[in-house]
Amino acid sequence: MILVIAEQRNGKLNRATWETIAGAQQLAAGADLVVALPGSGVGEAAAELAAAQVKEVVTIESSAIESYTPDGYTAALQQAIAALSPSLVVLPHTYQTRDFAPKLAARMERALVTDVTGFKAAGADTAFVRPMFQGKLTADVVPQGPAPHFVTFQIGAFRADQAAKGAAPAPVRAMSVTVDGSAIRQKPEAPFQEARQAVDLSQAERIVAVGRGIKGQEHMAVAQKLADALGAELAASRPICDAGWLPMERQIGSSGQTVAPKLYVALGISGAIQHVVGMKGSRTIVAVNKDADAPIFEVADYGIAGDLFEIVPAIVAELAK
Amino acid sequence: MKIAVCIKQVPTREWQPRLNDDKTWIREADASYEMNEPDAYALEEGLRLKEKHGGEVVVCSVGPARVAQVVREALARGADRAIHVEDEGLGSADAFVIAEALGAAMKDEQFDIVLTGLQSDDQGFAQTGVVLAERLAMPHATIIMEVQADPSGGALRVKRELEGGWFQWVAMPLPAVLTIQSGINQLRYATLKGIMAAKKKEIRKVAAASSAARQKIVSLYVPEKGKKTQMIAGGAAEAARELVRRLRDEARAL
Repeated sequence: MILVIAEQRNGKLNRATWETIAGAQQLAAGADLVVALPGSGVGEAAAELAAAQVKEVVTIESSAIESYTPDGYTAALQQAIAALSPSLVVLPHTYQTRDFAPKLAARMERALVTDVTGFKAAGADTAFVRPMFQGKLTADVVPQGPAPHFVTFQIGAFRADQAAKGAAPAPVRAMSVTVDGSAIRQKPEAPFQEARQAVDLSQAERIVAVGRGIKGQEHMAVAQKLADALGAELAASRPICDAGWLPMERQIGSSGQTVAPKLYVALGISGAIQHVVGMKGSRTIVAVNKDADAPIFEVADYGIAGDLFEIVPAIVAELAK
Repeated sequence: MKIAVCIKQVPTREWQPRLNDDKTWIREADASYEMNEPDAYALEEGLRLKEKHGGEVVVCSVGPARVAQVVREALARGADRAIHVEDEGLGSADAFVIAEALGAAMKDEQFDIVLTGLQSDDQGFAQTGVVLAERLAMPHATIIMEVQADPSGGALRVKRELEGGWFQWVAMPLPAVLTIQSGINQLRYATLKGIMAAKKKEIRKVAAASSAARQKIVSLYVPEKGKKTQMIAGGAAEAARELVRRLRDEARAL
Protein backbone atom coordinates (compact mmCIF):
# COMPACT_ATOMS: atom_id res chain seq x y z
CA MET A 1 0.00 0.00 0.00
CA ILE A 2 1.20 3.51 -0.82
CA LEU A 3 0.47 6.18 1.75
CA VAL A 4 0.15 9.84 0.72
CA ILE A 5 0.60 12.38 3.52
CA ALA A 6 -1.70 15.29 2.68
CA GLU A 7 -0.99 18.84 3.84
CA GLN A 8 -3.44 21.35 5.24
CA ARG A 9 -3.21 24.65 7.08
CA ASN A 10 -6.25 25.87 9.04
CA GLY A 11 -8.21 23.08 7.41
CA LYS A 12 -7.38 24.27 3.89
CA LEU A 13 -5.60 21.74 1.67
CA ASN A 14 -2.31 22.66 0.05
CA ARG A 15 -2.75 22.37 -3.71
CA ALA A 16 0.45 20.32 -3.93
CA THR A 17 -1.42 17.54 -2.11
CA TRP A 18 -3.51 16.89 -5.25
CA GLU A 19 -0.38 16.79 -7.39
CA THR A 20 1.06 14.22 -5.01
CA ILE A 21 -2.11 12.13 -5.16
CA ALA A 22 -1.93 12.21 -8.98
CA GLY A 23 1.70 11.08 -8.92
CA ALA A 24 1.03 8.40 -6.33
CA GLN A 25 -1.88 7.04 -8.40
CA GLN A 26 0.49 6.63 -11.36
CA LEU A 27 3.05 4.98 -9.12
CA ALA A 28 0.50 2.66 -7.47
CA ALA A 29 -0.78 1.52 -10.90
CA GLY A 30 -3.94 0.10 -9.38
CA ALA A 31 -2.47 -1.06 -6.06
CA ASP A 32 -3.94 0.29 -2.83
CA LEU A 33 -3.53 3.96 -2.10
CA VAL A 34 -4.41 5.59 1.22
CA VAL A 35 -4.34 9.30 1.99
CA ALA A 36 -3.49 10.41 5.55
CA LEU A 37 -4.31 13.92 6.71
CA PRO A 38 -2.66 15.06 9.96
CA GLY A 39 -4.26 17.80 12.04
CA SER A 40 -7.08 18.52 14.42
CA GLY A 41 -10.68 18.98 13.26
CA VAL A 42 -9.80 18.40 9.63
CA GLY A 43 -13.01 16.57 8.67
CA GLU A 44 -13.97 18.99 5.90
CA ALA A 45 -10.59 18.75 4.18
CA ALA A 46 -10.75 14.95 4.55
CA ALA A 47 -14.16 14.91 2.85
CA GLU A 48 -12.64 16.90 0.00
CA LEU A 49 -9.82 14.35 -0.32
CA ALA A 50 -12.34 11.50 -0.36
CA ALA A 51 -13.28 12.53 -3.90
CA ALA A 52 -9.96 11.06 -5.04
CA GLN A 53 -9.84 7.51 -6.32
CA VAL A 54 -8.19 6.00 -3.25
CA LYS A 55 -8.92 3.12 -0.88
CA GLU A 56 -9.52 5.36 2.10
CA VAL A 57 -8.77 8.68 3.73
CA VAL A 58 -7.45 8.54 7.29
CA THR A 59 -7.36 11.63 9.45
CA ILE A 60 -4.49 11.58 11.95
CA GLU A 61 -6.06 13.49 14.79
CA SER A 62 -4.60 15.03 17.93
CA SER A 63 -5.17 18.40 19.54
CA ALA A 64 -1.37 18.63 19.90
CA ILE A 65 -0.96 18.90 16.12
CA GLU A 66 -3.62 21.54 15.50
CA SER A 67 -0.71 23.89 14.67
CA TYR A 68 2.13 22.39 12.69
CA THR A 69 5.40 21.66 14.49
CA PRO A 70 8.10 19.21 13.37
CA ASP A 71 8.16 17.51 16.78
CA GLY A 72 4.37 17.09 16.83
CA TYR A 73 4.10 15.85 13.25
CA THR A 74 6.99 13.42 13.69
CA ALA A 75 5.40 11.87 16.78
CA ALA A 76 1.93 11.67 15.18
CA LEU A 77 3.05 10.31 11.82
CA GLN A 78 5.42 7.76 13.31
CA GLN A 79 2.45 6.17 15.10
CA ALA A 80 0.19 6.42 12.06
CA ILE A 81 2.75 4.84 9.74
CA ALA A 82 3.40 2.03 12.22
CA ALA A 83 -0.35 1.34 12.35
CA LEU A 84 -0.96 1.57 8.59
CA SER A 85 2.32 -0.18 7.57
CA PRO A 86 2.61 1.17 4.02
CA SER A 87 5.30 -0.01 1.60
CA LEU A 88 6.00 3.57 0.50
CA VAL A 89 5.17 7.00 1.93
CA VAL A 90 4.76 9.89 -0.52
CA LEU A 91 4.66 13.60 0.39
CA PRO A 92 4.54 16.90 -1.52
CA HIS A 93 7.96 18.63 -1.47
CA THR A 94 6.65 21.68 0.37
CA TYR A 95 8.54 23.76 2.91
CA GLN A 96 6.52 22.02 5.63
CA THR A 97 7.50 18.56 4.38
CA ARG A 98 11.13 19.67 4.22
CA ASP A 99 10.82 20.68 7.87
CA PHE A 100 9.63 17.34 9.28
CA ALA A 101 10.10 14.51 6.77
CA PRO A 102 13.88 14.12 7.27
CA LYS A 103 13.29 13.93 11.02
CA LEU A 104 10.50 11.38 10.63
CA ALA A 105 12.57 9.23 8.25
CA ALA A 106 15.62 9.47 10.55
CA ARG A 107 13.50 8.57 13.60
CA MET A 108 12.20 5.50 11.75
CA GLU A 109 15.64 4.70 10.23
CA ARG A 110 14.23 4.76 6.71
CA ALA A 111 15.44 6.23 3.42
CA LEU A 112 14.05 9.55 2.17
CA VAL A 113 14.37 10.60 -1.48
CA THR A 114 13.44 14.27 -1.97
CA ASP A 115 12.43 16.50 -4.88
CA VAL A 116 11.33 13.62 -7.11
CA THR A 117 9.98 14.41 -10.59
CA GLY A 118 9.24 10.89 -11.84
CA PHE A 119 9.96 7.21 -11.45
CA LYS A 120 11.02 4.21 -13.53
CA ALA A 121 11.80 0.54 -13.15
CA ALA A 122 15.42 -0.31 -12.31
CA GLY A 123 15.53 -4.09 -12.41
CA ALA A 124 13.26 -5.30 -9.62
CA ASP A 125 13.44 -1.89 -7.89
CA THR A 126 11.76 1.43 -8.51
CA ALA A 127 14.18 4.26 -9.22
CA PHE A 128 13.10 7.80 -8.43
CA VAL A 129 14.14 10.57 -10.78
CA ARG A 130 15.41 13.80 -9.24
CA PRO A 131 17.51 16.81 -10.25
CA MET A 132 21.03 17.26 -8.92
CA PHE A 133 23.73 19.92 -9.25
CA GLN A 134 21.22 22.76 -9.64
CA GLY A 135 19.46 20.92 -12.46
CA LYS A 136 22.61 20.39 -14.54
CA LEU A 137 22.23 16.63 -14.06
CA THR A 138 19.40 14.20 -13.37
CA ALA A 139 19.78 11.12 -11.18
CA ASP A 140 17.86 7.87 -10.95
CA VAL A 141 17.96 7.01 -7.27
CA VAL A 142 17.00 3.75 -5.56
CA PRO A 143 16.26 4.08 -1.84
CA GLN A 144 18.14 1.52 0.27
CA GLY A 145 17.25 -0.41 3.40
CA PRO A 146 13.91 -1.70 4.68
CA ALA A 147 10.47 -0.35 3.69
CA PRO A 148 8.68 1.93 3.95
CA HIS A 149 10.80 4.35 1.96
CA PHE A 150 9.85 8.02 1.95
CA VAL A 151 9.62 10.04 -1.25
CA THR A 152 8.74 13.72 -1.80
CA PHE A 153 7.32 14.86 -5.13
CA GLN A 154 8.53 18.17 -6.49
CA ILE A 155 5.91 20.91 -6.87
CA GLY A 156 4.60 20.85 -10.45
CA ALA A 157 6.06 17.43 -11.27
CA PHE A 158 2.57 15.96 -11.52
CA ARG A 159 -0.65 17.71 -12.49
CA ALA A 160 -3.34 18.18 -9.86
CA ASP A 161 -6.07 18.03 -12.52
CA GLN A 162 -4.91 14.54 -13.47
CA ALA A 163 -5.71 13.09 -10.04
CA ALA A 164 -8.35 10.42 -10.74
CA LYS A 165 -11.64 10.84 -8.91
CA GLY A 166 -13.60 7.86 -7.59
CA ALA A 167 -17.12 6.91 -8.69
CA ALA A 168 -18.20 7.34 -5.07
CA PRO A 169 -16.42 9.12 -2.21
CA ALA A 170 -13.75 7.01 -0.48
CA PRO A 171 -14.42 6.07 3.14
CA VAL A 172 -13.04 8.50 5.72
CA ARG A 173 -11.71 7.14 8.99
CA ALA A 174 -10.36 9.00 11.99
CA MET A 175 -7.26 7.60 13.67
CA SER A 176 -6.44 9.19 16.97
CA VAL A 177 -2.81 9.30 17.94
CA THR A 178 -1.25 10.16 21.29
CA VAL A 179 1.03 13.17 21.09
CA ASP A 180 2.41 14.61 24.31
CA GLY A 181 2.02 18.35 23.78
CA SER A 182 4.56 19.12 26.50
CA ALA A 183 7.24 17.22 24.54
CA ILE A 184 6.84 19.54 21.54
CA ARG A 185 9.78 21.90 21.74
CA GLN A 186 8.84 24.34 18.97
CA LYS A 187 6.28 27.04 19.86
CA PRO A 188 4.98 28.49 16.59
CA GLU A 189 3.41 31.93 16.22
CA ALA A 190 0.81 32.84 13.59
CA PRO A 191 2.05 32.99 9.99
CA PHE A 192 2.21 36.48 8.48
CA GLN A 193 3.00 38.20 5.20
CA GLU A 194 5.80 40.71 5.28
CA ALA A 195 5.29 43.07 2.40
CA ARG A 196 1.81 44.03 1.39
CA GLN A 197 2.41 42.43 -2.02
CA ALA A 198 2.47 45.75 -3.87
CA VAL A 199 3.01 43.88 -7.12
CA ASP A 200 1.00 40.81 -7.94
CA LEU A 201 3.19 39.29 -10.63
CA SER A 202 0.74 36.43 -11.10
CA GLN A 203 -1.51 38.86 -12.98
CA ALA A 204 1.23 40.12 -15.32
CA GLU A 205 0.85 39.24 -19.00
CA ARG A 206 4.56 39.55 -19.65
CA ILE A 207 7.53 39.23 -17.33
CA VAL A 208 11.22 39.91 -17.84
CA ALA A 209 13.19 38.09 -15.14
CA VAL A 210 16.83 38.60 -14.28
CA GLY A 211 19.35 36.17 -12.78
CA ARG A 212 22.96 36.11 -11.71
CA GLY A 213 24.08 36.65 -15.31
CA ILE A 214 23.21 40.35 -14.96
CA LYS A 215 26.36 40.57 -12.81
CA GLY A 216 25.75 43.91 -11.09
CA GLN A 217 23.03 46.27 -9.95
CA GLU A 218 24.28 48.89 -12.41
CA HIS A 219 23.23 46.56 -15.25
CA MET A 220 19.60 46.25 -14.13
CA ALA A 221 18.73 49.08 -16.53
CA VAL A 222 19.50 46.75 -19.44
CA ALA A 223 16.68 44.45 -18.33
CA GLN A 224 14.41 47.35 -17.41
CA LYS A 225 14.64 48.69 -20.97
CA LEU A 226 13.50 45.35 -22.36
CA ALA A 227 10.66 45.20 -19.83
CA ASP A 228 9.58 48.70 -20.88
CA ALA A 229 9.72 47.76 -24.56
CA LEU A 230 7.60 44.67 -23.96
CA GLY A 231 5.19 46.29 -21.49
CA ALA A 232 6.41 43.69 -19.01
CA GLU A 233 6.93 43.57 -15.26
CA LEU A 234 10.51 43.18 -14.07
CA ALA A 235 11.20 40.21 -11.79
CA ALA A 236 14.20 38.19 -10.66
CA SER A 237 15.52 34.93 -9.32
CA ARG A 238 16.34 34.70 -5.63
CA PRO A 239 20.04 35.73 -5.64
CA ILE A 240 19.16 39.08 -7.25
CA CYS A 241 16.61 39.85 -4.52
CA ASP A 242 19.01 38.57 -1.82
CA ALA A 243 21.54 41.09 -3.11
CA GLY A 244 18.90 43.83 -2.88
CA TRP A 245 19.00 44.68 -6.60
CA LEU A 246 15.23 44.20 -6.79
CA PRO A 247 12.74 44.05 -3.90
CA MET A 248 11.95 40.59 -2.50
CA GLU A 249 8.35 40.96 -3.66
CA ARG A 250 9.57 40.68 -7.26
CA GLN A 251 11.12 37.28 -6.69
CA ILE A 252 9.93 34.33 -8.79
CA GLY A 253 10.32 30.79 -7.46
CA SER A 254 9.55 28.48 -4.59
CA SER A 255 10.20 31.14 -1.97
CA GLY A 256 8.63 33.93 -4.04
CA GLN A 257 5.75 34.18 -6.46
CA THR A 258 4.46 31.57 -8.89
CA VAL A 259 3.56 32.99 -12.27
CA ALA A 260 2.19 31.83 -15.61
CA PRO A 261 2.27 34.84 -17.98
CA LYS A 262 1.81 34.80 -21.74
CA LEU A 263 5.50 35.63 -22.15
CA TYR A 264 8.38 35.00 -19.74
CA VAL A 265 11.84 36.21 -20.69
CA ALA A 266 14.63 34.79 -18.51
CA LEU A 267 17.88 36.78 -18.73
CA GLY A 268 21.01 35.22 -17.26
CA ILE A 269 18.99 32.74 -15.20
CA SER A 270 20.58 29.30 -15.01
CA GLY A 271 17.31 27.51 -14.26
CA ALA A 272 17.80 26.03 -10.80
CA ILE A 273 14.74 24.09 -9.79
CA GLN A 274 13.78 26.60 -7.08
CA HIS A 275 13.29 29.17 -9.83
CA VAL A 276 11.77 26.91 -12.47
CA VAL A 277 8.90 25.75 -10.23
CA GLY A 278 7.75 29.36 -10.08
CA MET A 279 7.59 29.99 -13.85
CA LYS A 280 7.40 26.77 -15.84
CA GLY A 281 3.67 27.18 -16.39
CA SER A 282 4.30 30.27 -18.55
CA ARG A 283 2.84 29.99 -22.05
CA THR A 284 5.93 31.10 -23.95
CA ILE A 285 9.37 31.08 -22.35
CA VAL A 286 12.41 32.81 -23.82
CA ALA A 287 15.83 32.24 -22.29
CA VAL A 288 19.02 34.19 -22.93
CA ASN A 289 22.09 32.72 -21.26
CA LYS A 290 25.77 32.58 -22.08
CA ASP A 291 25.94 28.89 -21.07
CA ALA A 292 24.35 26.80 -23.83
CA ASP A 293 24.00 23.90 -21.35
CA ALA A 294 22.13 25.92 -18.72
CA PRO A 295 19.07 23.99 -17.47
CA ILE A 296 16.81 26.98 -18.25
CA PHE A 297 17.00 25.93 -21.91
CA GLU A 298 15.15 22.71 -21.02
CA VAL A 299 12.00 24.63 -20.17
CA ALA A 300 12.40 27.40 -22.76
CA ASP A 301 10.48 27.56 -26.03
CA TYR A 302 13.06 29.88 -27.57
CA GLY A 303 16.66 30.04 -26.51
CA ILE A 304 19.57 32.27 -27.41
CA ALA A 305 22.96 31.16 -26.12
CA GLY A 306 25.04 34.30 -25.92
CA ASP A 307 25.95 37.49 -24.11
CA LEU A 308 22.81 39.13 -22.75
CA PHE A 309 24.54 42.52 -22.81
CA GLU A 310 24.68 42.29 -26.61
CA ILE A 311 21.45 40.41 -27.22
CA VAL A 312 19.05 42.34 -24.99
CA PRO A 313 19.80 45.78 -26.51
CA ALA A 314 19.43 44.16 -29.95
CA ILE A 315 15.97 42.85 -28.98
CA VAL A 316 14.99 46.30 -27.67
CA ALA A 317 16.15 47.84 -30.95
CA GLU A 318 14.23 45.24 -32.94
CA LEU A 319 11.03 45.85 -30.96
CA ALA A 320 11.34 49.59 -31.64
CA LYS A 321 11.27 49.02 -35.41
CA MET B 1 27.82 30.80 22.89
CA LYS B 2 29.38 27.69 21.46
CA ILE B 3 28.33 27.85 17.83
CA ALA B 4 28.77 25.12 15.21
CA VAL B 5 28.42 25.80 11.50
CA CYS B 6 28.27 22.81 9.14
CA ILE B 7 29.55 23.58 5.66
CA LYS B 8 29.84 21.54 2.49
CA GLN B 9 32.23 21.85 -0.40
CA VAL B 10 30.38 21.68 -3.74
CA PRO B 11 31.33 22.11 -7.42
CA THR B 12 31.36 25.75 -8.54
CA ARG B 13 28.40 27.22 -10.42
CA GLU B 14 30.52 27.51 -13.57
CA TRP B 15 31.51 23.83 -13.45
CA GLN B 16 30.48 21.85 -16.52
CA PRO B 17 29.46 18.36 -15.40
CA ARG B 18 31.53 15.37 -16.44
CA LEU B 19 30.45 11.87 -15.49
CA ASN B 20 32.53 8.96 -14.25
CA ASP B 21 32.91 5.84 -16.38
CA ASP B 22 29.89 3.96 -15.05
CA LYS B 23 27.78 7.15 -15.11
CA THR B 24 26.72 7.01 -11.48
CA TRP B 25 28.70 10.02 -10.23
CA ILE B 26 30.70 12.97 -11.42
CA ARG B 27 34.42 12.95 -12.09
CA GLU B 28 35.34 14.61 -8.83
CA ALA B 29 38.95 15.17 -9.85
CA ASP B 30 37.85 17.33 -12.81
CA ALA B 31 35.62 19.66 -10.79
CA SER B 32 36.54 22.96 -9.19
CA TYR B 33 34.97 23.56 -5.81
CA GLU B 34 33.58 26.27 -3.56
CA MET B 35 31.65 26.64 -0.31
CA ASN B 36 27.98 25.73 -0.67
CA GLU B 37 26.25 29.11 -0.85
CA PRO B 38 23.54 28.60 1.81
CA ASP B 39 26.28 27.33 4.16
CA ALA B 40 28.19 30.58 3.59
CA TYR B 41 25.13 32.44 4.89
CA ALA B 42 24.97 30.05 7.86
CA LEU B 43 28.63 30.81 8.60
CA GLU B 44 28.00 34.55 8.44
CA GLU B 45 25.05 34.16 10.83
CA GLY B 46 27.27 32.16 13.20
CA LEU B 47 29.94 34.87 13.13
CA ARG B 48 27.31 37.52 13.89
CA LEU B 49 25.96 35.49 16.83
CA LYS B 50 29.50 35.27 18.21
CA GLU B 51 30.03 39.03 17.79
CA LYS B 52 26.82 39.65 19.72
CA HIS B 53 27.01 37.00 22.42
CA GLY B 54 30.68 36.00 22.58
CA GLY B 55 31.95 32.42 22.49
CA GLU B 56 33.40 30.55 19.55
CA VAL B 57 32.47 29.41 16.06
CA VAL B 58 33.48 25.88 15.12
CA VAL B 59 33.16 24.95 11.46
CA CYS B 60 32.35 21.29 10.76
CA SER B 61 32.63 19.56 7.40
CA VAL B 62 32.50 16.05 5.98
CA GLY B 63 34.33 14.90 2.87
CA PRO B 64 37.63 14.08 1.18
CA ALA B 65 40.92 15.92 1.83
CA ARG B 66 39.93 18.56 -0.78
CA VAL B 67 37.31 19.87 1.67
CA ALA B 68 40.16 21.58 3.57
CA GLN B 69 39.87 24.39 0.99
CA VAL B 70 36.45 25.57 2.21
CA VAL B 71 37.34 24.85 5.83
CA ARG B 72 40.35 27.20 5.53
CA GLU B 73 38.14 29.78 3.88
CA ALA B 74 35.69 29.62 6.78
CA LEU B 75 38.55 30.02 9.26
CA ALA B 76 39.81 33.00 7.25
CA ARG B 77 36.38 34.61 7.47
CA GLY B 78 36.50 34.35 11.25
CA ALA B 79 35.63 30.84 12.48
CA ASP B 80 37.83 29.87 15.43
CA ARG B 81 38.56 26.22 14.72
CA ALA B 82 37.34 23.32 12.61
CA ILE B 83 36.36 19.68 12.69
CA HIS B 84 36.89 17.81 9.43
CA VAL B 85 35.45 14.31 9.15
CA GLU B 86 37.83 13.16 6.46
CA ASP B 87 37.05 10.24 4.21
CA GLU B 88 37.77 9.92 0.50
CA GLY B 89 34.51 8.05 -0.07
CA LEU B 90 32.27 10.71 1.44
CA GLY B 91 32.21 13.13 -1.50
CA SER B 92 29.14 11.40 -2.89
CA ALA B 93 27.56 10.39 0.44
CA ASP B 94 23.83 10.80 1.03
CA ALA B 95 22.35 13.13 3.63
CA PHE B 96 21.91 10.42 6.27
CA VAL B 97 25.53 9.30 6.02
CA ILE B 98 26.75 12.90 6.21
CA ALA B 99 24.46 13.77 9.13
CA GLU B 100 25.55 10.65 11.01
CA ALA B 101 29.22 11.42 10.41
CA LEU B 102 28.70 15.01 11.61
CA GLY B 103 26.63 13.89 14.57
CA ALA B 104 29.27 11.44 15.78
CA ALA B 105 32.02 14.05 15.47
CA MET B 106 29.99 16.83 17.14
CA LYS B 107 28.08 15.13 19.94
CA ASP B 108 30.70 15.56 22.68
CA GLU B 109 31.24 19.26 21.94
CA GLN B 110 28.04 20.40 23.69
CA PHE B 111 27.22 23.10 21.14
CA ASP B 112 24.60 25.71 22.07
CA ILE B 113 23.49 26.17 18.49
CA VAL B 114 24.20 24.37 15.21
CA LEU B 115 23.73 26.22 11.90
CA THR B 116 23.88 24.94 8.34
CA GLY B 117 22.52 25.87 4.93
CA LEU B 118 19.01 24.79 4.00
CA GLN B 119 20.31 22.56 1.19
CA SER B 120 23.40 21.92 -0.89
CA ASP B 121 23.99 22.99 -4.45
CA ASP B 122 25.27 19.52 -5.39
CA GLN B 123 22.84 16.74 -4.45
CA GLY B 124 20.29 19.14 -2.96
CA PHE B 125 18.76 16.74 -0.44
CA ALA B 126 17.59 19.47 1.98
CA GLN B 127 17.83 16.83 4.73
CA THR B 128 21.23 17.00 6.43
CA GLY B 129 20.46 19.66 9.06
CA VAL B 130 17.19 18.08 10.11
CA VAL B 131 18.63 14.56 10.33
CA LEU B 132 21.55 15.97 12.33
CA ALA B 133 19.08 17.57 14.78
CA GLU B 134 17.44 14.19 15.29
CA ARG B 135 20.82 12.52 15.84
CA LEU B 136 21.87 15.21 18.34
CA ALA B 137 18.43 15.08 20.00
CA MET B 138 18.04 18.84 19.48
CA PRO B 139 14.93 20.72 18.32
CA HIS B 140 15.23 22.33 14.91
CA ALA B 141 13.68 24.79 12.50
CA THR B 142 14.31 25.11 8.76
CA ILE B 143 14.60 27.84 6.11
CA ILE B 144 15.44 30.55 8.63
CA MET B 145 15.54 34.26 7.75
CA GLU B 146 16.23 35.78 11.19
CA VAL B 147 17.76 34.50 14.43
CA GLN B 148 17.13 35.99 17.89
CA ALA B 149 19.16 34.10 20.50
CA ASP B 150 19.05 34.55 24.26
CA PRO B 151 21.87 32.28 25.42
CA SER B 152 21.59 33.21 29.12
CA GLY B 153 17.88 32.35 29.09
CA GLY B 154 18.52 29.26 26.94
CA ALA B 155 15.95 30.54 24.46
CA LEU B 156 15.76 31.01 20.72
CA ARG B 157 13.24 32.73 18.45
CA VAL B 158 13.61 32.37 14.68
CA LYS B 159 11.80 33.57 11.58
CA ARG B 160 10.94 30.69 9.26
CA GLU B 161 10.21 31.29 5.63
CA LEU B 162 7.02 29.65 4.43
CA GLU B 163 5.99 29.53 0.79
CA GLY B 164 4.71 32.40 -1.34
CA GLY B 165 5.95 35.31 0.77
CA TRP B 166 4.67 34.05 4.15
CA PHE B 167 6.75 33.86 7.32
CA GLN B 168 6.36 32.55 10.85
CA TRP B 169 8.18 33.11 14.12
CA VAL B 170 8.96 29.97 16.08
CA ALA B 171 10.40 29.83 19.61
CA MET B 172 12.35 26.86 21.00
CA PRO B 173 14.89 26.10 23.70
CA LEU B 174 18.64 25.99 23.12
CA PRO B 175 20.55 23.96 22.09
CA ALA B 176 18.95 23.78 18.63
CA VAL B 177 19.74 23.19 14.96
CA LEU B 178 18.76 25.77 12.32
CA THR B 179 18.94 25.51 8.54
CA ILE B 180 19.64 28.94 7.11
CA GLN B 181 18.13 30.44 3.94
CA SER B 182 20.34 32.30 1.46
CA GLY B 183 19.97 36.07 1.79
CA ILE B 184 19.49 36.13 5.57
CA ASN B 185 22.46 38.52 5.86
CA GLN B 186 25.21 40.17 3.84
CA LEU B 187 28.26 37.97 3.52
CA ARG B 188 31.68 39.16 4.59
CA TYR B 189 34.79 38.10 2.76
CA ALA B 190 38.12 37.04 4.13
CA THR B 191 40.67 39.77 4.78
CA LEU B 192 44.39 39.24 4.28
CA LYS B 193 44.74 39.32 8.06
CA GLY B 194 42.05 36.66 8.34
CA ILE B 195 43.79 34.47 5.77
CA MET B 196 47.06 34.74 7.67
CA ALA B 197 45.37 34.03 11.02
CA ALA B 198 43.58 30.99 9.58
CA LYS B 199 46.89 29.24 8.98
CA LYS B 200 47.40 28.96 12.75
CA LYS B 201 43.88 27.75 13.58
CA GLU B 202 43.18 24.18 14.56
CA ILE B 203 41.57 21.74 12.14
CA ARG B 204 40.77 18.55 14.02
CA LYS B 205 40.57 15.58 11.68
CA VAL B 206 38.18 12.83 12.63
CA ALA B 207 37.65 9.43 11.02
CA ALA B 208 34.16 8.82 9.69
CA ALA B 209 31.76 6.65 11.65
CA SER B 210 30.58 3.92 9.32
CA SER B 211 26.92 4.02 8.43
CA ALA B 212 24.86 2.39 5.70
CA ALA B 213 23.91 4.39 2.60
CA ARG B 214 20.17 5.09 2.30
CA GLN B 215 20.29 6.10 -1.35
CA LYS B 216 21.97 4.63 -4.39
CA ILE B 217 22.40 6.55 -7.63
CA VAL B 218 21.92 3.95 -10.37
CA SER B 219 22.23 6.44 -13.22
CA LEU B 220 23.33 10.05 -13.61
CA TYR B 221 22.80 11.92 -16.87
CA VAL B 222 22.23 15.25 -18.57
CA PRO B 223 18.48 15.98 -18.35
CA GLU B 224 16.30 15.03 -21.26
CA LYS B 225 14.70 18.11 -22.74
CA GLY B 226 11.03 18.16 -21.80
CA LYS B 227 10.09 20.73 -24.38
CA LYS B 228 11.24 21.24 -27.93
CA THR B 229 13.44 24.25 -27.37
CA GLN B 230 14.16 26.21 -30.53
CA MET B 231 17.69 27.54 -30.21
CA ILE B 232 18.20 30.68 -32.25
CA ALA B 233 21.72 31.09 -33.61
CA GLY B 234 23.53 33.99 -35.23
CA GLY B 235 24.94 37.32 -34.13
CA ALA B 236 23.09 39.48 -31.62
CA ALA B 237 21.17 41.59 -34.16
CA GLU B 238 20.30 38.60 -36.31
CA ALA B 239 19.20 36.43 -33.36
CA ALA B 240 17.16 39.32 -31.93
CA ARG B 241 15.37 39.84 -35.26
CA GLU B 242 14.58 36.14 -35.56
CA LEU B 243 13.37 35.93 -31.94
CA VAL B 244 11.03 38.89 -32.33
CA ARG B 245 9.69 37.45 -35.60
CA ARG B 246 8.94 34.08 -33.97
CA LEU B 247 7.39 35.69 -30.89
CA ARG B 248 5.10 37.69 -33.21
CA ASP B 249 4.27 35.07 -35.83
CA GLU B 250 4.56 31.67 -34.11
CA ALA B 251 4.01 32.24 -30.42
CA ARG B 252 1.78 35.32 -30.82
CA ALA B 253 3.25 36.53 -27.57
CA LEU B 254 3.75 40.16 -28.62
